Amino acid sequence: MSTGNMNLTLKVWRQKDNKAKGSLVDYKLSEISPDMSFLEMFDVLNEQLINKGDEPVVFDHDCREGICGACSMFINGRPHGPKDLVTTCQLHMRSFKDGDTIVVEPWRAAAFPVIKDLTVDRTAFDRIIAAGGFISVNTGNAQDANALPIPKLQADAAFEAAACIGCGACVATCKNASAMLFTSAKISQLALLPQGQPERYRRAQSMVAQMDAEGFGNCTNTGACEAECPKGISLENIARMNRDFYAAKFVSEEEV
Amino acid sequence: MADFNANIPEGELTVKWTKLRSSMPLVNPANKRSIEIVVVGSGLAGASAAATLAEMGYKVKCFCFQDSPRRAHSIAAQGGINAAKNYQNDGDSVYRLFYDTIKGGDYRAREANVHRLAEVSTSIIDQCVAQGVPLAREYGGLLDNRSFGGTQVQRTFYAAGQTGQQLLLGAYSALERQIGMGKVEMFTRHEMLEVVVIEGKARGIIARNLITGELERHFGHAVLLGSGGYGNVFYLSTNAMGSNVTAAWKAHKKGAFFGNPCFTQIHPTCIPVSGDHQSKLTLMSESLRNDGRIWVPKKKDDNRKASDIPEDERDYYLERRYPAFGNLVPRDVASRAAKERCDAGYGVGNSKLAVYLDFAANTERYGRIEATKHNIHNPDKATCVRLGLEVIKEKYGNLFDMYAQITGENPYETPMRIYPAVHYTMGGLWVDYNLMTTIPGLYALGEANFSDHGANRLGASALMQGLADGYFVIPYTIGAYLSKELATKPIPLDHPAFVEAEASVRGILEKFINIKGTKSVDFFHKKLGLIMWEKCGMARNAQGLTEAIAEIQQLRKDFWSDVRVPGNINEFNPELEKAGRVADFIELGELMCIDALNRNESCGGHFREEYQTEEGEALRDDENYAYVAAWEFKEGVKFELHKEELKFENIKIAQRSYK
Repeated sequence: MSTGNMNLTLKVWRQKDNKAKGSLVDYKLSEISPDMSFLEMFDVLNEQLINKGDEPVVFDHDCREGICGACSMFINGRPHGPKDLVTTCQLHMRSFKDGDTIVVEPWRAAAFPVIKDLTVDRTAFDRIIAAGGFISVNTGNAQDANALPIPKLQADAAFEAAACIGCGACVATCKNASAMLFTSAKISQLALLPQGQPERYRRAQSMVAQMDAEGFGNCTNTGACEAECPKGISLENIARMNRDFYAAKFVSEEEV
Repeated sequence: MADFNANIPEGELTVKWTKLRSSMPLVNPANKRSIEIVVVGSGLAGASAAATLAEMGYKVKCFCFQDSPRRAHSIAAQGGINAAKNYQNDGDSVYRLFYDTIKGGDYRAREANVHRLAEVSTSIIDQCVAQGVPLAREYGGLLDNRSFGGTQVQRTFYAAGQTGQQLLLGAYSALERQIGMGKVEMFTRHEMLEVVVIEGKARGIIARNLITGELERHFGHAVLLGSGGYGNVFYLSTNAMGSNVTAAWKAHKKGAFFGNPCFTQIHPTCIPVSGDHQSKLTLMSESLRNDGRIWVPKKKDDNRKASDIPEDERDYYLERRYPAFGNLVPRDVASRAAKERCDAGYGVGNSKLAVYLDFAANTERYGRIEATKHNIHNPDKATCVRLGLEVIKEKYGNLFDMYAQITGENPYETPMRIYPAVHYTMGGLWVDYNLMTTIPGLYALGEANFSDHGANRLGASALMQGLADGYFVIPYTIGAYLSKELATKPIPLDHPAFVEAEASVRGILEKFINIKGTKSVDFFHKKLGLIMWEKCGMARNAQGLTEAIAEIQQLRKDFWSDVRVPGNINEFNPELEKAGRVADFIELGELMCIDALNRNESCGGHFREEYQTEEGEALRDDENYAYVAAWEFKEGVKFELHKEELKFENIKIAQRSYK
């Protein structure tokens, strides 16, 4: 099927279901093209497994263009592999060498239980958003969009925080499995915008409370999350979130 | 036969929607609480509908096959969303957006629907900004706009190259808010596998829990499908890997007509195929055509590097053929022009199936403007390029990075190589003005329906339509139906129709597992894709289509006797999911070819080689084909054609010209 000349050894985490004990299983692949994406290399592996009568490796993926946030492989000890600012689906085999051994594991965090093989359950992120990651405006209640000018720098900063794709690499790489980068990105986006002010402090409190309830760890300012985030979400967001979280304790109840 | 009436309101075009909206039957708040609505899909259309209906007080259940509603494929839309705001004071208006859309669709869309779309477009932008969607702004703090193909005004709102992501996250946050309040029950990793029809009305669905494999029955007074398009019938497309036709196809097989299935959009600017391993194609946003000029060498089989080809040996063929619109002609026109040049031997790159998209001229132009801003007078070329690259980077940085990552080439230094790829499907479930299919109580929204884009969709109009349908159309139009359903009590899930539907789904799933053939699902999907691309792709002809129909029928037989689906039904089994989707794609592929063969004209994205002007432009036949082809599914994978006459009362139907 492929036309390349790379030979690889894969060590892939296989786990039948949430309750089963998993282990790393070795697979040999040959004739891999450097122009293939990492997931296309997995397609080749799965095709071979199916043809042999084995069960293919289950992994999350969808858009394959780095934006949906579904793909989630921990490759050689790094979420989304060796390249900065790149998701697994946009990683290409030219980033590896012929003869390499590649270890592929799922995201590891208590709040992201493994479902099967490399697929984990990230619904905790949805519940954090449901706790307050929105502006309470029903459809049909909006004023003209240009009635509220927003300084470009402020709008740009909100956009940068909003670039989060919710993949969970921040949690996977954090030694405490903290979800603070994810949570703070949404809190920051809305706190930076005038539309987000009315619920600003209440939002910070309820999203942080949900984050804790899901079993994510705390932040110890290591910065691994920022280093590994495929969208370059900044650690500054965590500082903003903490500021709002603590400020919430000092503002009057009517404002929270 | 099912009800087949477009139900277009009476009256002047400009007041149809306002009048209908104000006279539509309502459901009072107390009654809304006891009415249940099933929404399938959580993209722009599904999420916005689910959130808005819940805000209004209905009990909503929303389903998506992804692990989170935030991952629906709307998220990947790059370039922008149109709205007739006229913020640029360049002569835009609701009428002009309406006109551009009808003309862009090559006069194969319904006037009334398109006008309503243009009317509500402005409210969408207001709503999104109120939600905190960070659309691009100018230094004055107001919203910025850019140009898209097929228009001469700047009406496209955007958020860098991530407009779909930001709009979807806005709709997702509205949806999550309702989930948090318990007004929407969300079912992630669930796939709809059947519509349950009771006494002629849609009353619920059978969904499979993709993790446990369990089949579930869900009742709804109405069922809404916002399940997206079917571009993956071509195997290679810009759609996400999971995008599929299954929800729409199950509805079709239960009686919902399928409208204009052959209308497919081939997007002109995608990264070319690099090898057999290719699993999907990546779009380079149409917004790049604002600043990129498209060219090929004037000499055939020119193997020089782009930078070694002097200016006067380059053919800027779009600017040459279409001086009025230049690089911003609609997608179908741009795609065919690229194919024409490559087929004639002027393509570039190793495969020769690519053209250049070159930013050099505009980089320098931007640099000159920047130099003036920095008080640098008479700047040299190097300064201009340096300053210009910063501007380009700010506008398109993420797209350039994506291109570099996929191709291994640096687009800041060398022109991009691009080629057309399947991107969007204008066809879809036939719906009336109220977005109801031919099954009462079953609605289709967004890309899943056929209604607004005719034979070709203009750029930045898909996001507009998805959100228009979900936020501003269905919340009103569904009242007309539900107001008559107040007496309907929730139907018990042990009703024979639910039992039967579940048994038939189980039967199909068991069949897949029990075939135990020799070929993977992907093997058949790739084969189907190749037939579709070669014979029902950018150019079609009667002979090819006839062959394709026979080949697909054979492929269907082979699939059902030789596919190998590993694992079991009662477990997380992505191969089983794919098998179901490919089985449906195979049936759909045949219908697309039948539809393309039936339509003896060229229009928009449907180009029949037998019907073209001397200059190679699409040649419509308005006398015989100014209709929507609505196909009815018949026993044994047969299809019967129904026609909905298209009446143009407000626009003079004419040969489309972008010259």
